[in-house]
Amino acid sequence: MMGRMVHCGLFLVLLADWLPAQVTFDRILSANQEPQNWLTYSGTMLSQRHSQLTQITPQNVKNLQLAWIFQARSLEKFEATSLVVDGVLYTVQPPNDVVALDAATGRTYWVYSYSPSAKARPCCGRVNRGLAVLGDRVFMGTIDARLIALDAKTGKPVWSTQVAKPESGYALTHAPLIVKDKVIVGTAGGEYGIRGFIAAYDVNTGKEVWRFHNIPEPGEPGHETWAGDSWKTGGGSVWVTGSYDSDLNLTYWGIGNPGPDWNGDSRKGDNLYTDSVVALDGDTGKLKWHFQFSPHDEFDYDSVQVPVLVDMEWQGRPRKVMLWANRNGYYYALDRANGQFLTGKPFVKVTWSTGLDERGRPMKATTAASSPEGVLIYPGNQGGTNWYNSSYSPRTGLFYIPSWVEYNTTYYKLPVEYHEGRTFGGAALRANVGRRGATLTRLEDSEGYGAVRAIDPKTGDLKWEFKMSDVTDAGVLTTASDLLFTGGREGYFFGLDARNGQMLWKAIVGGVVASGPMTYAVNGRQYVAVAAGNALFSFALPQ
Amino acid sequence: MRVARFLTPLLFAAALFAQHTYTLADIENGGRLYLANCTVCHGPDGDLQPGVNLGRGKFRRASSDDELEQIITKGIPGTGMPSHDLTPQQVESVVAYLRSMAASGHSTLPSGNAARGKAIFEGKGECLNCHRVHGSGSYSGPDLSDIGLVRRTAELEKSLVDPNAEILPDNRVVHVVTKDGKEMTARLLNADTLALLVLDAQGQLHSYSKSDLREYSLMKDSSMPSYKGKLTTQEMGDVVSYMASLKGAETR
Ligand code: HEC
Ligand code: HEC
Repeated sequence: MMGRMVHCGLFLVLLADWLPAQVTFDRILSANQEPQNWLTYSGTMLSQRHSQLTQITPQNVKNLQLAWIFQARSLEKFEATSLVVDGVLYTVQPPNDVVALDAATGRTYWVYSYSPSAKARPCCGRVNRGLAVLGDRVFMGTIDARLIALDAKTGKPVWSTQVAKPESGYALTHAPLIVKDKVIVGTAGGEYGIRGFIAAYDVNTGKEVWRFHNIPEPGEPGHETWAGDSWKTGGGSVWVTGSYDSDLNLTYWGIGNPGPDWNGDSRKGDNLYTDSVVALDGDTGKLKWHFQFSPHDEFDYDSVQVPVLVDMEWQGRPRKVMLWANRNGYYYALDRANGQFLTGKPFVKVTWSTGLDERGRPMKATTAASSPEGVLIYPGNQGGTNWYNSSYSPRTGLFYIPSWVEYNTTYYKLPVEYHEGRTFGGAALRANVGRRGATLTRLEDSEGYGAVRAIDPKTGDLKWEFKMSDVTDAGVLTTASDLLFTGGREGYFFGLDARNGQMLWKAIVGGVVASGPMTYAVNGRQYVAVAAGNALFSFALPQ
Repeated sequence: MRVARFLTPLLFAAALFAQHTYTLADIENGGRLYLANCTVCHGPDGDLQPGVNLGRGKFRRASSDDELEQIITKGIPGTGMPSHDLTPQQVESVVAYLRSMAASGHSTLPSGNAARGKAIFEGKGECLNCHRVHGSGSYSGPDLSDIGLVRRTAELEKSLVDPNAEILPDNRVVHVVTKDGKEMTARLLNADTLALLVLDAQGQLHSYSKSDLREYSLMKDSSMPSYKGKLTTQEMGDVVSYMASLKGAETR
């Protein structure tokens, strides 16, 4: 008996040696085939946040229990989605400490501590949403606009590149994206009059390989959409990770709002490529196509979403589609080969626009002109959704959107001037959803609420909604066993039936879930992990 | 939530007094920082220090925002105005808040006498039938022990004259009926997707699972009567002075 076990153990050790020790780009491309791992921010390059793991099911999810907690040594917002590589979980303790944990026990292997420069001027918290991994390296963008490569086994820096000037407002908040031998990031800072860009760095050296300017300069196409010198401070942040289609060799990125946010007087024109999705060549960063969701925006409708790529049948023929629930309140489906608009429809109440034309361009409502007297707009400044991760399930065929419903903001336009490193806004805002603390006394829908809204991506029709009392900053995860996981601001973590939105399980995590849940497996046991409050929780079925 | 209403009337001030432009978020943050750092000495209306009035948009020692930022960060040597350990962004938002204060209203009541106000509050005003101050009184209305720290006098006046005009989210009252038919009207402390937490008039805290309730709804009207006509303007001025003097128990 004993002898056999030893034998068996030896065999496993041998097998483990055979497993690829390194994360190759091919492994990332086919991450769906090793669902025990979570190799890139959105699970796969298609960014569906849909896992093939099926051990946890709608029948047994009620038994889910806490496997471990990692308490961050930090009181700042914990927004990262973890990565898991062969039993090791990598996450970011805010602002910029990379932590490697045993994914089965939560015990720490190593911590890399980084102190961002005091010059960093993040508009909305010293946040970090996650990491990228390739080979034996882990990559992190920092709040003071550095890109750092670490040794995945020791946490020691291999190289560090200053991507942009933090004192001008540039910051990196999202997980980098690996494309072949490059690591791609985009800069945040649209509230400070930056000129945002997306750039690719050599994974081995940290040297910049290409750069795409989100705001075109004189001579570049699209420059004519900016009056005068306004392009110089035109904003165009990147807040979340892009996606990649290897057949087309295109990488897709959502671009943020124009600067100043709420007063467009000085920047007449459409203000390309703000509030757009851009499709860039994976090798050169050359623009293949773009689609602008909100031309000449004055309501801060960043396209701050991860492009969700789906291959589906569209009106009788197979098509490469991109699904997008935009901050501006519209849901869109685009052809991702060429950017052609396929369909679009509001997924929450929209008053700034009366509809989309046949090319998907919004028709602005005449009542929605921003003014010093104030104008009330749906959706409000945080949007119908925001950076919160949406999910697509190929099984249910539904697209799941973390939504802010019945939520508005009144914008009072103000004059605004650019001063380096200072906020560059141009309005005072007032929302019906107030700033909310540990307690909430909202009982009526008209005060705005959070929900997961499940829509049919072919029509944009609402199929079901799971309502919360408070608004939500939590992402959505779906699994191939038709489960959906999400959280909210109230301190719950929910397991829903992805087919109908029924609540099947909940855990009290006691803090705001402002991150996207993910799932992985170690030694055949499936875990669901989510950051809430200042801790990372991992749940599993009892053994 | 409290802060939110504290700041509501100040919104337009942002437009009027902007040297730099400030967002409402700046002003809200600044208001919170002002409450935490400045009201102790300057009061919610900014007029508590003799010879200093922060609520008028005019300052003896500063005209530009930069000068105000200097005063807040470094203090005024040789006076009671201390230095403050705030980040540049925090200081910016405090200035945004100071700029916004000027445009919000002031009480129209005659200036009052707090001691007389206390007597009215505890006597013919019957305020303690519903409110609590420093550990005595009723739980059916909000505890007013530190109301002078968080409300400006104009707001206190409005609460007395027209209590229904605005019921703050913090002060909501809910009516619940349980599945077994028990009814209760109580102050709503917290509501989330699955639960309601309330405080009843007897001072009992209850936590309900929504699934155990047959129904629940907010009370639309305040139970507080208007004191317009019931108290003279002088008496109301006295009560407002008394409330403005309520600054919570000394905790350090
Ligand atoms: C410990 C008490 C104290 C605290 C706390 C305090 N102050 Fe003061 N402040 C004073 C005094 C006393 C003066 C009057 C100094 C003088 O001119 O003699 C003053 C003066 C000022 C002035 C100058 C007024 C003018 O007309 O020029 C400003 C502005 C000011 N304070 C702002 C603030 C702000 C903002 C805060 C909070 C961040 C604050 N103070 C906190 C006591 C305080
Ligand atoms: C019958 C009960 C009742 C009586 C009597 C009563 N109140 Fe109230 N009061 C309430 C309730 C309930 C609220 C909360 C709802 C609202 O804002 O109207 C309230 C609100 C207030 C507020 C606003 C609190 C805030 O957070 O801004 C003030 C100030 C106040 N009362 C003062 C008084 C004073 C002074 C008296 C006596 C002169 C008084 N009340 C008498 C029930 C009462």
